Formats: sequence, structure tokens, C-alpha cells
Amino acid sequence: MSTAERLAPRDEAFDPARAKQDFPILQNTGLIFLDSAASAQKPQCVIDAIANCYSRDYANIHRGVYELSARATANFEAVRETTQLFIGAAEAREIVFVRNTTEAINLVAATYGRQNVGPGDEVLVTEMEHHSNIVPWQMLCEEKGAVLRVAPMDDRGALILDEFEKLLCPRTKIVAVAHISNALGTVNPVEEITRLAHAQGAVVVIDGAQAIPHHRVDVASLDCDFYALSSHKVFGPTGVGVLYGKAALLESMPPYQGGGSMIETVRFEKSTYAEIPQRFEAGTPDIGGVAGFGAALDYVTGLGLDAIERHERELLAYATDVLAKVPGLRLIGTAPQKAAVISFSLEGVHPHDVGSILDHEGIAVRTGHHCAQPVMEHFGVPATVRASLALYNTREDIDALVRALQTVRELFK
Amino acid sequence: MSSDLRELYQSVILDHNKHPRNFCKPKCSNRTAEGVNPLCGDQLTVYLDVEDGVVKDVGFSGTGCAISTASASLMTQTIKGMKIEEAERLFKGFREMVTADPQSDPGGKDLGKLTVFSGVREFPMRVKCATLAWHAMSEALHDTGETATTE
Repeated sequence: MSTAERLAPRDEAFDPARAKQDFPILQNTGLIFLDSAASAQKPQCVIDAIANCYSRDYANIHRGVYELSARATANFEAVRETTQLFIGAAEAREIVFVRNTTEAINLVAATYGRQNVGPGDEVLVTEMEHHSNIVPWQMLCEEKGAVLRVAPMDDRGALILDEFEKLLCPRTKIVAVAHISNALGTVNPVEEITRLAHAQGAVVVIDGAQAIPHHRVDVASLDCDFYALSSHKVFGPTGVGVLYGKAALLESMPPYQGGGSMIETVRFEKSTYAEIPQRFEAGTPDIGGVAGFGAALDYVTGLGLDAIERHERELLAYATDVLAKVPGLRLIGTAPQKAAVISFSLEGVHPHDVGSILDHEGIAVRTGHHCAQPVMEHFGVPATVRASLALYNTREDIDALVRALQTVRELFK
Repeated sequence: MSSDLRELYQSVILDHNKHPRNFCKPKCSNRTAEGVNPLCGDQLTVYLDVEDGVVKDVGFSGTGCAISTASASLMTQTIKGMKIEEAERLFKGFREMVTADPQSDPGGKDLGKLTVFSGVREFPMRVKCATLAWHAMSEALHDTGETATTE
């Protein structure tokens, strides 16, 4: 089957309980996993793909003349093509493999950023960014004497687009925004943001870490310049991430790290660099990880992203409804456009205590500031409890969460 | 509800969480230190008034979970009037109790009412909460001007 055929949308009924059976860690352990926004669990097909890579198809890539190396290279490059189709990129060479979303953002800051941002220029982010979409820009601005601007959100956790627009000016060189907020679940209007930013001549970097497992992403229609994502959030292994960049931009950028694979010729006087995407892929990549990532994208595609999104939307509505009825529970993040992340606090109980008790009831949630301290400050809380949903979660999981929250209330009454 | 959860959240702990003692900056204090747990955002400041090698007064401020708040509260009650060396020795004993192997005897027989924290050893993720104020106190005793962290 060709990659295009494999990625063709299917219209079968989606059954989360059946999908749950694809994940060994969720079998017979009683684990109720509500922390997929931190990292998603892995289906058997991903685990198998990694094992098969090492047991059948493994050699270093882009190097050997022997058949095994050629096969390993072909498999690796096939995943680049799968990724291209998965996010709607025009060409496979626009897909750069990195370690994770954080590295993808740092790559843009260190190359495009260093080349194009100067003293007095501005980088615009939003108040709801993950630390990984704040700190690299902060570091760049400090280095270059540029200014980091922050577009505010309202008390529902929705971006105030008017304020965002006012902060854009000809000095804005880069706009960096989350597609979906990891702490609040807010879905940002990235298409509109991109249009506004382009009108001022800024390039747009989208942190897609949270969007990719939940939402059909089409970088061509978004028209964003860069899109960053992580394999481990979309049921693939850790250690692999992707930077999408428009080919013309990538071609204009200097290398990120120096080393093998990223060169054309090396002389002690001067080296020349490889074409994209190899220019940004110095050193041996995570070959086994990329094999697993490819299997993860195939898995999600096989289930159907639209069906997954529909399921999660229904589950989010159900969860929001039943959680709102828990006495003393305050939902944090109630933007009209939301994905499957539910942050909340419980009156009189610190999130860390909630987390410990839920854990004891077999429910894994995240508690803390979710690497988004400015968001916590906005809402005046030190931390929140975050239940994040994925394709394998069911209404029964939410009911168990509500029951366990009653236990918390009972203990702290 | 399971017994080890009840053991962790004993009524004394819940009471001190709701009504923390010495939850203020004392009138006189000559040493302070901040304790931060980056994992959960807990932040406590411990104030000491140390004269002639004795903790004359002690208080704390900040926000934290039930375990860290109650631990800070009980700590302030316990170390008031102690010599510096006694307070340090108590911290050592306290740390040994909360990190003890759950299968072994928790020890802590000379820790008085601090033994309500012996249940923490069943919850390794919470050791940092239980010891946060103690780390800050120890830092304040040596008042190095640095922030104590649990990392």
C-alpha cells in the first residue's frame, strides 16, 4: 500500500474501548490514564515497529553501500514522507527530524532567529505559552537586544485577538504561539494569527505539541512558516520530534548543529553544508524512534483523526459537565474553543494532595504548573490538577475521576 | 478509603493544614530562608530568631500542599526553644523517618508528635513536601542567603 493510500481518511465507527485494547499498559492494570498531554501511552504496533527496526532493518542511514543500510535509509525517509502527508506539507524536505518540540523551537530561535532578529526588533508570544515557547525567545531577545512581547488572554483563557493585533508592528520579526495550550486546552485561532502576522511581515512559529494527537493539522492551509511537534505526544516514542518549515525559509537558514550528515564537503579551511533537511540533522538520528513514530502516525490515521476528534469533543463535553457538578471544583480554562484538557482546582485542597489521592485510586493526573507558570499567575493559583484526555479514554474513566474527587472531599472535609 | 491514605492524611496533619501554627513572620527574626519545590510550585519562607545558639522564635509564610504546610507548622512548634544542634539533629531524624523503607520499623521514637508523618514513607513522591520547610529551616540556620530547594 502506498503512503498516500495508507493515509487516506477512513469512515469507520470509532470505539475508544476497542482502541484502549491496543495499549498494553492500559490492559489488566486498572490504570486510568488522564495525563496524555504530558506524554501519551504507546500502542502495541508502535512497540513492535521499534523492535522490528532493531531486529530486522537496522543499520546507520545515509552511509553504507550495503543493502541493509539502504533499506534502513529507505524506511527512515518513508517516515519523512508519512509525516509530510500527515501535516499537509508541500514537500518531504520540509520535514526536519529533531529530538522533540522543544528542540524544534530552539532550532528556529538559534538559526532563523539569530539571522533575522536584531536590536529593537520584537518577538511576540502569548500569555498561555509552555515554557519551551517562552524561554528560547527570551534567550534570543537577551542576546540580540530585542524585545519579547506577550499577547494577553482573557479570564476564560482565550487569546484576546484585538490585543494581539495591537502588539503586532513592523518590528515584529517572529510570532510564536501554541496551537493548543497544554495547561488550559485553549485552541488558538492559528490561521487568523498567521494572517495577521504575515500582514506585518513576521514569520509564524506554531508549537503544535498538543494539537497533533487531537486535531487534523494542515500546515499548507494554516500557511504558518514553522510548525513544531513531538512524537511522544502522538503515541510514538520519546526522542523524536519534527520541525516543519517552508522550504524557502529552511534553505535561507544557517545550520543548527555541526557534525556528520549535515555537510557537503569538509576542509579545514572551510566546510560547505548539505541541502535541507539534512543541513539540520547533524549526527546519527534516533533511527528506531523514527520507525516507531511512523507506526504511530499510521495508527492514528488508521483510526481516523476526525473520528478521534469527535470522540474527544464528546468526552470533553461530558467531563466538563460532570466535573462542574463537583462541589468546590473550579474549572481553569473555559475558552469557547477547547481541546481535551481539563485544568481545575478544588476548594481547600492543594492540587498536589488531590494528585496523591487520585493516584491512590489508580488515576494518573498531572498536578503542578504544567511548565506554564505565567498561566498559573494569571489565574492566581500556584498549581492546578490537570486531567487530559486521549483517544483511549472513556466515560467510565471520567466517572472514576469524579468518584475519586468525592474521596478527596471526604478526606479534607 | 485505604488505610495508608488515612495514615498519610492523619487528623493532626489535616488540622495543621487548615490552621497552620506560627504562620507569620515573628516580631524579631534575624535569619530567613526560602524553600521552593519546583515540581509543584510550593514556596515557603522560614523565619528564625536565633540568639546565643538557641532558636528563640520561628515562623513561616507561603503556600504549599497539606503535607508541606502541616510539616512546616509542626516543625515551628517543635524547634522553638531548641539549640541549633538539637534542631539539626531533629531534621536528620525526621528525614530518616520519612525516607525509611516501608517494610522496616519507621523509627522516629524520639520525634514526638512529628511521628504523624511516618506515613509519608509509603509515598516517596511526597518526601519533598514533608521536608521542604526543614530544608529551609536548616538553610536559615546557616543563613547563606540562598534559596533552599528540594531538588
